[in-house]
Amino acid sequence: MQIESAKLLYALLAPLIGALVVMRCSKHPDLREGVSFAASLTMFGLVMSMVPEVLAGNRLHLTIFQILPGLSVTLRADGFSMIFALVASFLWMLAVFYSMGYMRGLKEHAQTRFNACFALSLFGAIGVAFSDNLFTMYLFYEIVSVCTYPLVAHHQDDESYSGARKYIIYLTTTAKGLLLPAMILIYVLTGTLDFATNISTGIFPADANGALVTMLYIFCLLGFAKSGIMPLHNWLPSAMVAPTPVSALLHAVAVVKVGVFSTTRVMLYIFGVNTMDALNLGIPTAYFVSFTILTASIIALSKDNLKARLAYSTVSQLSYIILGVALLTPSGIEGGLIHIANHAFSKITLFFCAGAIYVATHKKNISEMGGLGKTMPFTFAAFAIASLSMIGAPPVAGFVTKWKLLTGAMELPSPHYIGILLVLLASTLLNVGYFAPVTYKAFFGKRPEGEVYEGVKEAPLAMLIPLMLAATISVIVGIYPDFMMSFVKLATKVVAG
Amino acid sequence: MDDFLIIKDGVFPILSSVIFLPLAGAMVLLLSSNENFAKYWTLLVTVVTALISLQLYFGFDPTTAKFQFAEHHAWITFQNLKINYTLGIDGISLLLVLMTTLLLPLCVLGSWRYIQTRVREFMICLLIMETSMIGVFVALDFVLFYILWEAMLIPMYLLIAIWGGPRKTYASIKFFLYTLAGSVLLLVAIIALYLQNESFSIPLMMGQAYSSNFQIFVFLAFFLAFAIKVPMFPFHTWLPAAHVEAPTAGSVILASVLLKMGTYGFLRFCLPITPEATITFMPYVLWLSVAGILYGGFTALAQSDMKKLIAYSSVGHMGFVTLGIFVLNKNGIEGAILQMINHGVTTGALFLCVGMIYERTHSRELADATGIGKLMPWYVTFLAFFSLSSLAFPGTNSFVGEFLILVGGFTKNKIVAGCAIPGAVLAAAYMLRMLQKVVWGGANNPAPHGQLLDLNLREIATLAPLLLFVFWIGLSPAPFMEVMHVSVAHLVDQVSNTVPVQAVTMAGLMLP
Repeated sequence: MQIESAKLLYALLAPLIGALVVMRCSKHPDLREGVSFAASLTMFGLVMSMVPEVLAGNRLHLTIFQILPGLSVTLRADGFSMIFALVASFLWMLAVFYSMGYMRGLKEHAQTRFNACFALSLFGAIGVAFSDNLFTMYLFYEIVSVCTYPLVAHHQDDESYSGARKYIIYLTTTAKGLLLPAMILIYVLTGTLDFATNISTGIFPADANGALVTMLYIFCLLGFAKSGIMPLHNWLPSAMVAPTPVSALLHAVAVVKVGVFSTTRVMLYIFGVNTMDALNLGIPTAYFVSFTILTASIIALSKDNLKARLAYSTVSQLSYIILGVALLTPSGIEGGLIHIANHAFSKITLFFCAGAIYVATHKKNISEMGGLGKTMPFTFAAFAIASLSMIGAPPVAGFVTKWKLLTGAMELPSPHYIGILLVLLASTLLNVGYFAPVTYKAFFGKRPEGEVYEGVKEAPLAMLIPLMLAATISVIVGIYPDFMMSFVKLATKVVAG
Repeated sequence: MDDFLIIKDGVFPILSSVIFLPLAGAMVLLLSSNENFAKYWTLLVTVVTALISLQLYFGFDPTTAKFQFAEHHAWITFQNLKINYTLGIDGISLLLVLMTTLLLPLCVLGSWRYIQTRVREFMICLLIMETSMIGVFVALDFVLFYILWEAMLIPMYLLIAIWGGPRKTYASIKFFLYTLAGSVLLLVAIIALYLQNESFSIPLMMGQAYSSNFQIFVFLAFFLAFAIKVPMFPFHTWLPAAHVEAPTAGSVILASVLLKMGTYGFLRFCLPITPEATITFMPYVLWLSVAGILYGGFTALAQSDMKKLIAYSSVGHMGFVTLGIFVLNKNGIEGAILQMINHGVTTGALFLCVGMIYERTHSRELADATGIGKLMPWYVTFLAFFSLSSLAFPGTNSFVGEFLILVGGFTKNKIVAGCAIPGAVLAAAYMLRMLQKVVWGGANNPAPHGQLLDLNLREIATLAPLLLFVFWIGLSPAPFMEVMHVSVAHLVDQVSNTVPVQAVTMAGLMLP
């Protein structure tokens, strides 16, 4: 049932108003961070308040602006949106604390701008989560691109400017060059941009030109470059010049998740499982992103810089999500969608750890972290847990994903299931290959020659608590995946039934 | 005449008053030499004109394609030469008139500090410009139209030639010659049409069965005149020169209103009077539009002078407008009309923004304005929104226009529309490049020359109304769209009820 609900609008306004108030509070750092936290708390509360209605099978809906017939700014909350909305709003709360500790710990400049843009990015992210049509999604997608630019360019040196330039060029070029024409052609073909209400039918009429629809599909798949599919992933490692909380936000909460969420939303709710099946788009997509999964993992192996290694890990892990959905089997889709949440919790932990290490020791490279585990036991314990999740070992979150993906792959007809299984197997081994040494070195490795971690202790509590919380949650959703899974099941109900 | 005009007797002649009020205001200025009086008086006159013109919107009947608020008086009768004073507006011209009247007060505000010499004369020029610009949009008699069309050249020439920058003589003469060259052909076409119809009435000329060859010649004459005005690639070279040298208000008027006269000409004359020829030439015009979109985009990307950058961006944006017009369907033409308004709002605002920087640093170079975001937060906020609007960011006015144009384009011809898409990407590239430079700059920004104060209240008041329209049209364009539906549908009918001129005649025409 469709329910008109203003809560959707309030959930959008919370970060927007938060950002505006933050801008006025530049003279009062404590008040400023308080406002940020209040905004994140409000947003999370509002999202939580939608949970019972959505779980009851309803769809919240609100049209804000009607622009043209079939073109409107409209919000919706269904099971699919809740996966991302819950994750984003919850992790924002952790990120507010963590960035406070990080930014103050390093005495960074322009903290007000940082906080305001952080809130605006969340405004964009939650808008994408709640969008009811392709135009609304495109609008908020672009808002995220623009509002994260100042975050990436935060240090305002040559390196960060060139990283930020690459970032914005990749994202706006693909959005304008591929998404815009795709969106307009979809509008010309169907007269609407509204997402379907289930994942099967899509919105194309039965007699639509198959070649054209295939072309549109390719445009959409590549157009959401935030999802980091190769060959359009290069912005992501360059964006690593940003302060670590931004990387955490980029990788776990706002940017890349906006990308994969949008890609999968469009795959399932614009094209739909039936159309994708009929045009045989699923398996080729799965193989296409498999290339990203494997290649990015291999590149990650070669990176000594911890953040760079995490960045390539993200590129690889995001493609799991798209891979799962592209399998078009019930378990595959479930595995893909649940990974939006699982990857977010675990990856934010990893980035939080990387930032904590940097604040405590000013070290960026893995080779310099030998023996550091004894000095920073909590940070590295959290890191170890989150890497297990990335690898897909039980009982951490990533295991649920791997389980579902493997089941999904098994549901494929021969010979494709063998191909996909091999990809999953190989990537898991690669994951072990690039994550295990970090933890191993930290706890059992030798200190580098002449290195004395003098005065080094754990990062400040404002950073330590969020990262341990995030790690704990990674475990909890691994043991009790039901809560997040219930939203995924809502989204995939039609296919499963 | 009742077939075309809705004349109500005994009602207040709104159109005549919006035309002549500025002229009367200019007369009053002749009497006083006080500069402050001139500024305040001009502001008052333009505001009052704007307020009166609002009546046009509220009294407009969107259910008819006839010309409303019409006035019809015999003017010159000389033997069988009958020239009338006929005015009227329909859904195509209404928004253009309103945009003109609403922009003029902002032009006055934008010149408040910029113009330091001959203030009174400047204001007189502005007012005379207003009279002739509104007149062009509402005239329904071809002689009246032509007189106003030409009359506009003189004050515009003076605006550039007197208050312009270092190369003002070159720019003003180039502007004058280009436009005049087009006008001569326009005059030929008008006389040719008169000889066919024995009348100068524009509505009467529409929908007549002219021979194919006649249509082709008239279309080409029209086309050259209007294409120079738009300006369409490759007739655009006067534009950057004129923009760069013109004072702020001159640039705003040039970009926001004068360029629209070319596209208005296409809509008012080419399509309904020579529909067959329009269809024949449509593919060529579409490709010229695409060429303009791409050329304008690439050239804008290479500019270091902010005014030149925006001038070339206009070439690209107007390419979208002509693209929308010549796809000859409802979405395309409605998008084009909306985009004419959008371009007026956004580009006008961007020129005002550049003017504000020029007042402070006396430079239009992008390099001299790098990294001023920290010093002028309000300024860059406005600049950011207008830049986003210019690159058709979703939620802003230009997006709606561009969307409709491209919907029309993709419906008509997927390849042409697809080729215009890189233009949209380029728009993002050059606007974001400018914005990045102004707001952030690089790691080592040069020290700004002069004292950079943030916007004052007058400047905020100049930009705020335009920002309002950016979001109003962007998020809720219905009030702007619904006035044009019937008129556009009528126009599409006029064109589509004809068959294209035979290719044979085309071939015959091409050969000497």
